[in-house]
Amino acid sequence: MATPAPRLKVATTSLAGCFGCHMSFLDIDERLFELLEHIEFDRSPLTDIKTCGACDIGIVEGGVCNAENVHVLREFRSQCRILVAIGACAITGGLPAQRNHLDLADCLREVYQTDPGTPGGRIPNDPELPLPLDKVHPIHEVVRVDYFIPGCPPSADTIWKFFTDVLAGRTPTYPHGLIHYD
Amino acid sequence: MSTSPTFTLDGREIPFEAGQTVLQAALTADVYIPHLCYHPEFKPHGSCKVCTIKADGRHVSACTWPARHGMVVENATEELDDLRRTLVQMLFAEGNHFCPSCEYSGHCLLQAVGYDLQVETAGFRHFFPVRPVDASHPEVWLDLNRCILCELCVRASDEVDGKHVFGLSGRGAGKHLIVNALSGRLADTDMAATDKAAEVCPVGVILKKKAGFRVPIGERPFDREPVSAQAARYAPRPPARHREED
Repeated sequence: MATPAPRLKVATTSLAGCFGCHMSFLDIDERLFELLEHIEFDRSPLTDIKTCGACDIGIVEGGVCNAENVHVLREFRSQCRILVAIGACAITGGLPAQRNHLDLADCLREVYQTDPGTPGGRIPNDPELPLPLDKVHPIHEVVRVDYFIPGCPPSADTIWKFFTDVLAGRTPTYPHGLIHYD
Repeated sequence: MSTSPTFTLDGREIPFEAGQTVLQAALTADVYIPHLCYHPEFKPHGSCKVCTIKADGRHVSACTWPARHGMVVENATEELDDLRRTLVQMLFAEGNHFCPSCEYSGHCLLQAVGYDLQVETAGFRHFFPVRPVDASHPEVWLDLNRCILCELCVRASDEVDGKHVFGLSGRGAGKHLIVNALSGRLADTDMAATDKAAEVCPVGVILKKKAGFRVPIGERPFDREPVSAQAARYAPRPPARHREED
């Protein structure tokens, strides 16, 4: 009897993202059972494992907006054989990058000090808070990325197409209807 | 036996009429060549270079290259699609194309050409340029973040509307679209929502107010069919017929 192929280790994370891509991933619904015959999760919001072990596939949602994002992204790159950017924010910076045309200090002052809703407020400076970066970056500007799954979020069918292609040893492609930037 | 002149495009015989360019003849024959700055109602401009083909071994723009009898043209090759992908990626990286919130998403030619060429990332470092939005006009607004400098609005305003509302200014990376008013504001021009210039923008820089998001997601032009399958809609034909069908 043939021994089943070892399951691929998959890690996922959300950096400067909204977890919408993770929700869309869960939206593959009952196909998750089939997928779990081929993969097992390492670090992921789905397992609550906090550090990334050696993995076959690392899936990163969200862009890079603070020092912690850089740290996690570098950990994923060093531990994962295949690194995947999922969604508009990881690929383009997305919504968080809409602050890139503003001065960061002005943003913080506006939100925490000058806004009428925060009288006497001050800019948070707890050492546990990761320092925000001057600009928000797509993840390919920080590490090498192997595959991209565009969409905001990519549909469950698009994510399923990615997994079925990769598990079959094919380069993932997204025909009309599965490739979207919105 | 037909005596009309022909050229071959990826091995297929394409008939053409005297004066037609390669792109015009191809679209008339329902063959798609990726393009952005070409519009059937305007004189070809040849600036975006997305329609680059190999004609008798030379890289040329299909929209401006005159069709010639016996010419051998390569179009749908991996080499040319690679070049086109890079051009589209550079356009995405040098502007602010935030598709998730853009009301022209699903209608946008840059996006549709990106889908068709399987562009999954801009690849390059994003410029995140600072570009203004001009909402001063009561009927039309401008979001310059998306401009790809195709000059279709410039051509439409000059040639059809006779109003010269738009122009390009600056050189190289500093080139940008400007509005022909001392204040630089659209409100201070004689632009109207009924102008040709208000309907030709391929990427949603010039948008009519109170019209956004009317078409639901799933029913937008490029949700239904890829741009390559809609090529015939762009084929050269009289302007009146073109507008009626749209």
